[in-house]
Amino acid sequence: MGISVDSSEDSRKLCQSQGYTFPILSDPKADVIRRYGVLHARAGMNDQDIARPAEFLVDASGTIRWVNLTDDIRVRARPESVLRAIDELLPAKASAR
Amino acid sequence: MKRSWNGSVWLGFGITLVAILSYFLVFLRFPVTRDIPWVTFALFVPAVWLLVTGVNRAFGQPERYRGKVAGPILSTLSIALIGLFGYFAFALTKDLPQASAALHAGQQAPDFTLADASGKPVALSEILRHNRGAVLIFYRGYW
Repeated sequence: MGISVDSSEDSRKLCQSQGYTFPILSDPKADVIRRYGVLHARAGMNDQDIARPAEFLVDASGTIRWVNLTDDIRVRARPESVLRAIDELLPAKASAR
Repeated sequence: MKRSWNGSVWLGFGITLVAILSYFLVFLRFPVTRDIPWVTFALFVPAVWLLVTGVNRAFGQPERYRGKVAGPILSTLSIALIGLFGYFAFALTKDLPQASAALHAGQQAPDFTLADASGKPVALSEILRHNRGAVLIFYRGYW
């Protein structure tokens, strides 16, 4: 799920232009961003508090299993590394849904 | 003797512009060229060489080449643009808070409920109830 300080309206436009099918969530006051420790204070336009780029893999019990933080905002997790982490760290659900 | 147009200087400046613009318009979209701007840096090399050649010609062979004004101006502009790009690529983008502030593996992920793009509330606990897990992708936002 994508999380940023963008409003639902801005996220909707982003989803439509990029064709995303996963949830994009809106955290306008950066509350959740703060709780996960990924706040980048006053780094947005107009000195807005925003998130630093970060990816967290959470298992079904709510435990964080993998975190990716970079020291450069241009560098993000590659899809391959996220998928590899999922395969290695998350057990497949035993029962069919 | 007719003095010729100082193509080197203009070409050098043009390549500098193309190198920088192509990064933002094209290479930013691919992780391989976004993380380290290989192509842009590679283009700076011939650009600078052309500018140096051009300025040398303008002042060393003024009877053959024009460019005593354009040469230094375009060269200065190009160096300034290259410097700005370097600052953006290496300094500005690394200006981040302490990595240790973030939650790490082994900790419990705080539950939350946030609105999705259509305004519907989505709770992490609800997602985890129905899936193997969740990938939370925090990003800067598009503003």
